[in-house]
Amino acid sequence: MSIVTVDNVRKRFGDNEVLKGVSMQVEAGQVVALLGRSGSGKSTLLRCLNGLEVIDEGRIEVAGHAMDYETSRLRELRKDVGIVFQSYNLFPHLSVAQNIMLAPGLVKGVDKSRGRALAAKVLDRIGLLDKLDAYPDNLSGGQQQRVAIARALAMEPRVMLFDEVTSALDPELTEEVLAVIEQLARDGMTMLLVTHEMNFARRVADTIVFMHEGKIWESGEPEAMFTRPQTREFEQFASRNVK
Amino acid sequence: MAFHLEFAPVLDLTPELIQATWLTLKLSFSAIVLGSLIGLLATTARSLMPGKFRVFITLYVETIRNTPLLVQLYIIFFGLPVLGIRMPALYAGLLAMVINLGAYSAEIFRAGVESIHRSQVEAGMSLALTRTQVFLHIMLRPAIAKVWPSLASQFILTMLGSSVCSFISVQELSGEAYTIQSLTFRSFEIYIVASVIYLVIALVLKLLLGALGYLLFMLRARSNRVVSTSEGGQA
Amino acid sequence: MIHSFNLQDLLFLVRSAGWTLVLTLVATAVGGALALVISVARLSTHTALREATRLYIVVVQGIPVLMVLFLSYYGLAHAGLDLPPIVAASLALSIYVSAYLGDIWRGAIQSVHRQQWEASASLALTRMEQYRYVILPQSVRIALPPTVGFLVQLVKNTSIVSIVSVIELTRAGQLVNNTTFEPFKVFVTVAVIYLIICYPMSRLSRYLEEKSRVYRDR
Repeated sequence: MSIVTVDNVRKRFGDNEVLKGVSMQVEAGQVVALLGRSGSGKSTLLRCLNGLEVIDEGRIEVAGHAMDYETSRLRELRKDVGIVFQSYNLFPHLSVAQNIMLAPGLVKGVDKSRGRALAAKVLDRIGLLDKLDAYPDNLSGGQQQRVAIARALAMEPRVMLFDEVTSALDPELTEEVLAVIEQLARDGMTMLLVTHEMNFARRVADTIVFMHEGKIWESGEPEAMFTRPQTREFEQFASRNVK
Repeated sequence: MAFHLEFAPVLDLTPELIQATWLTLKLSFSAIVLGSLIGLLATTARSLMPGKFRVFITLYVETIRNTPLLVQLYIIFFGLPVLGIRMPALYAGLLAMVINLGAYSAEIFRAGVESIHRSQVEAGMSLALTRTQVFLHIMLRPAIAKVWPSLASQFILTMLGSSVCSFISVQELSGEAYTIQSLTFRSFEIYIVASVIYLVIALVLKLLLGALGYLLFMLRARSNRVVSTSEGGQA
Repeated sequence: MIHSFNLQDLLFLVRSAGWTLVLTLVATAVGGALALVISVARLSTHTALREATRLYIVVVQGIPVLMVLFLSYYGLAHAGLDLPPIVAASLALSIYVSAYLGDIWRGAIQSVHRQQWEASASLALTRMEQYRYVILPQSVRIALPPTVGFLVQLVKNTSIVSIVSVIELTRAGQLVNNTTFEPFKVFVTVAVIYLIICYPMSRLSRYLEEKSRVYRDR
C-alpha cells in the first residue's frame, strides 16, 4: 500500500486556483523530486501533505493518516511526517540540542537525558555532533539547515518533506546539505523534495514529478524523463535549468 | 532676580527622605513584578483562550490605557469604599499601579508575540506541538526579548508614576517632599532634591534593567531603537 | 450644599474637560515647537549642543510629571514671578512635552534612511536645507503614530495639574465629589469622559501605525 496518497486535490488561494486536480502515489522508501517553475504549485502541494495548507477538494492520506484537519489527528499525522523549510526556521532562543529535543520532549514525553542522547545521535548522523550546545546564530546557513533536518529526524518520521531546502544557501554550503539528504535516501527514508537542484534530482530521485500550472504535467524515472521528455514544457524547463 | 537657595533645612530631614525613598522603591518594585505578571497572564490568556476572554481582556487594557492613573487611584481609594471595599492608602496606591502596569505590559507583550514570524509557528506545529506548546516554548521567550526595551521603559514610567500616590497622602518620595515643603517652606529646594533622587533611581533602574535584559536574553545594546507608541506617559 | 450627583455637576465636568483640552493644546503647541528644536539639536554635530540637549531629555524623562510641575511652579515663584497656576501648569506641561516629543522626533529623524542624507548631500544642499526639504518631511510620516500615541499620554497627564488648583477635569471631579459625596459615581464619570477623549486618539495612533508599517514593508 502507498505511504502517500494524493487523490484529485484542488487548492485555491482567493481567486487563484493553485492545484487543479493533482493525484499521485508514493511507495515506502521512494524518493520523489517535485520540479517545476515558481507558481506551478509544487511547494503548495508539499505543504498540503503535512496540513500546513488546507485543500479545498480531494483526499490526502499520509503514513496511514487520513488528512481531516481535526487538531489531535493532525498532530498524530505530524508525528509521522517531518518537514524541512527553505528558511530553516530554527528556534533562535534555543541551542541546537534544545531545538532537536523540544518536540520529542513535549510530544512524545522523552525525558531530558534520553532527549540529549537522541539529539547527539541525530547530530552525529549528519556530522555536527560538536555543535550540540551551539546557538543557531553561531552557525552557517548550511549548518543550520542540517540541524533543521536533524530536528525533523529526531521525531522518527516515516515520511520527510523538503521544501527548497538549498535555495537560500550559497553553492558551497548547498553541497553539505545535499550530502545529508542523499545519505537519508540511501538509508531508505521516504522523501518528497521540492528542489531546483536538477542534477541532484536526476541522481538521487526514484521518481521525478514535473508540475506545471497546478497540474502534474509529466512524471517518471529520472533518466527516461531527462533524455526523452514527453512534453514540450518539461523539455524547455529541463534545458533551461540543467547546468 | 535673586536666586537664594537654602538646602540646609531640607537636608536636616534626610532620614525622612531616605525612608520615603525606600517606600518609593518598595512600591515600585512590587508594582513592577506584580504588574508584569498580570500583563503576561493577560497576553497568554488572550492568545490561547477563545473569544469571550479575549474581549474581556481587551476591554480591560483599553479602559486602563485611556484613563489617567490618578483617576484610577481615586476610584480605588475613594470610590470602592462606597461599594464596601476599603483599604489603606498604600495598598490602594499599589493596586492602582499594578492594574495600570498590567494593562500596559499586556499590550507590550502582545506586540512582541505578534512580531514572531509565522514560519516559527509553522515549524513548531510541523513538529506536532499543540498551539499552547508553540506559544509557551517557541513564541514567548523571543517575544519578551524583543520587547524588553519597551518593557524597561514602561517599568521606569511605573516607578515615576508612584508619585501620584502622594495625592492620597502616601508618604513616598513625592508625598514626603510635600510634607517637608509645608514644614520648611523651602519649596524649590525640596523639589530639586526630590527630583535628583528620582533621577538617580531612574538611571540606576535603567542600568539594572539593561543588564538584566542582557543576562536573560543576551541582548546587545541598540542605538537606533525603533520608536513605539506606548512611550511618554505616567498617568 | 450637599446634593446628589446631578446634571449640573455633569455639565461642570464636561466644561472642565474643555480646560483639559486647552491645556493639552497649549502644551502641544509650545512643547511641540520646542521639541522640533530639541530633536534637531539632539542630532547636532556640535558636541556641546548635542550633549546639553541629551541631558535635558534625560532629566525631564527621569522625573515624574509632578516634579516638573512643582519645579516650574515653585521655580517661577522663587524667581519672583507670580503667575496664575494655569500658566505655570501650561509651562510645566510644555517642558514635559518638549522632552518626550523631542526624543520621539529625534528617533524618527534617525529612522530616515542614511541614503537620503547621502543623496541630498551629493546635490550640494546645506544641512539646514537637507533637514527642511528632504529629511523632516519623511520623518513626519514615521513620527506620526508615536506622536499621536504620546498625545494620549499628555491628555491623561493634565490630571496631575489638579494639585495646583487648575480646574481641569480631575480637579472638577474632586470638587463635585466634595459636594455630592458620591465618589464612585463621580470618578467613574470622570474616567468615562477621559475615555471618550482618549480612545479615538488611541485608535487613530494604531491606525497610523498600521498604515506606516505597510508603507515601509514595500
